[in-house]
Amino acid sequence: MNSLAQPRAWEKFFWPVVSASLLLALWHFSVVWTATRVFPSPLSVEKGIAELASKHLLWADIGDSLRRVGCGFGLAIIVGVPLGLWLGWNPAANQTANPVIQLLRPISPIAWIPVAIIFFGVGDHAAIFLIFLGSLFPILVACVSGVSSVPPIIRNAGRNFGLSTPQLLARVVFPAALPQILIGARIALGIAWLVVVAAEMIAVDSGLGYLVIDSRNSGKRYDLVVAAMLIIGVIGLALDFCFRRLESIKSVRWGFRSVS
Amino acid sequence: MAQTEVDIHGTQSAPKLSAEHLGMAYERDGQSMQVLEGINLDVADGEFVCLVGPSGCGKSTMLNAMAGFLSLTSGSVRIDGEVVTGPDPRRILVFQERGVFPWLTVEGNIGFGLSKLPRAERQQRIAHYVKTVRLEGFENSYPSDLSGGMKQRLQVARALAVNPDVLFLDEPFGALDSITRVIMRGELLRIWQSERRTIFFVTHDIDEAVQLADRVVVLSSRPSQIKQVLTIDMAHPRNISSTRYLELRDELLKQIGLAYEI
Repeated sequence: MNSLAQPRAWEKFFWPVVSASLLLALWHFSVVWTATRVFPSPLSVEKGIAELASKHLLWADIGDSLRRVGCGFGLAIIVGVPLGLWLGWNPAANQTANPVIQLLRPISPIAWIPVAIIFFGVGDHAAIFLIFLGSLFPILVACVSGVSSVPPIIRNAGRNFGLSTPQLLARVVFPAALPQILIGARIALGIAWLVVVAAEMIAVDSGLGYLVIDSRNSGKRYDLVVAAMLIIGVIGLALDFCFRRLESIKSVRWGFRSVS
Repeated sequence: MAQTEVDIHGTQSAPKLSAEHLGMAYERDGQSMQVLEGINLDVADGEFVCLVGPSGCGKSTMLNAMAGFLSLTSGSVRIDGEVVTGPDPRRILVFQERGVFPWLTVEGNIGFGLSKLPRAERQQRIAHYVKTVRLEGFENSYPSDLSGGMKQRLQVARALAVNPDVLFLDEPFGALDSITRVIMRGELLRIWQSERRTIFFVTHDIDEAVQLADRVVVLSSRPSQIKQVLTIDMAHPRNISSTRYLELRDELLKQIGLAYEI
């Protein structure tokens, strides 16, 4: 089988099921053979998930985490996209801002936690600020590079119809850069979901991150820790899946190579 | 076939488009390179002018300068006596390819320059130009679903929809296959005859120029000057096996310095 061969219909489901089953078996037997008392087996994690799901608290935690991501990520879009368009359009502004952006970009949002707590105190605002920081830079960078890679022909075609600069940015440059901006936003959403868990372990007392740390602190319930981890993984996957659906919208589909 | 003379479009009246002493120089590696030099040209209202010349001679530069996308080193371009200072919806440039907006449908592209019009009038104009370029049934299609020829027709429709005085075309059929190219020439002539816009058309294809133009302007190699302006005194539709056609084509080939035989 080479890389050009199309997988058959049954293979699309069969192989993932096989690999998942193997992983579960490996996990299960590792726990059994090592006779660990700390690390939970898949079965006890499953019971843990059921236990969490039966409490209203889990849904409240999921809701809190999603709300924080929604606020922080949304704010990053609202700030990052116009700022990125403007920076991409003005080479002078970009050259001025770029050193600052490049310096701040590699700093993990986790390192900002103490600063965030000084600014906003312990609570929602600190967590949202951290998510905002984590998702702002990928959006900003994608926007700037998206704008600068809009083909000159497209810009000129837009200029020809007598648009003012704001109109040109809104009606030509933004839609032309949108596929790249979406890629940046998708990366940002993934980061936001990573950051929310970390932020909730320190800055607040609700949400899935808090659930992980609280399960450990109050009685070393590692079955609940791993259960919460899996829930975080599944929701992250679902967020990414939902976001990818945006790529098939017709007005951006032209910018993505593979169309399923 | 009517053998009447092509009407020479109002040679007495003021020209629609005039270029006076156009000069254009690029700065490259610290050296100034003259691309265009002392170009004078008048184009009458409703006239179809083709610009031909050897590859790299500055045809596109001249077109972009006349459409206001490049600033001149010397001289000026006037349209209806008014000096061109930048791009303007009264004169639209049609690009070789990739000029349509891929995020808009056929209707969205044609209506792009019409956002100031009331809705009803905009819809009516869009419908008219969809029909003019024969894209009926594709109103809601995106450019990625259209063929190369259809995309170029869409670009022409988007240009015509804003009712420009002058249409600049930069090798608009250059990226199409030879059969589509011939069909597109016929379509463009049909549109030109029904809408009567002034057309300034850059091509590297001698046959295309002789088939389409009222006058063909031949540029020399760099620094480009106008070598010759040839009037194509044949009525449309033109018989491309007629003696006159072949004479005119040979004359152009000779001007460009190409051999008759391969």
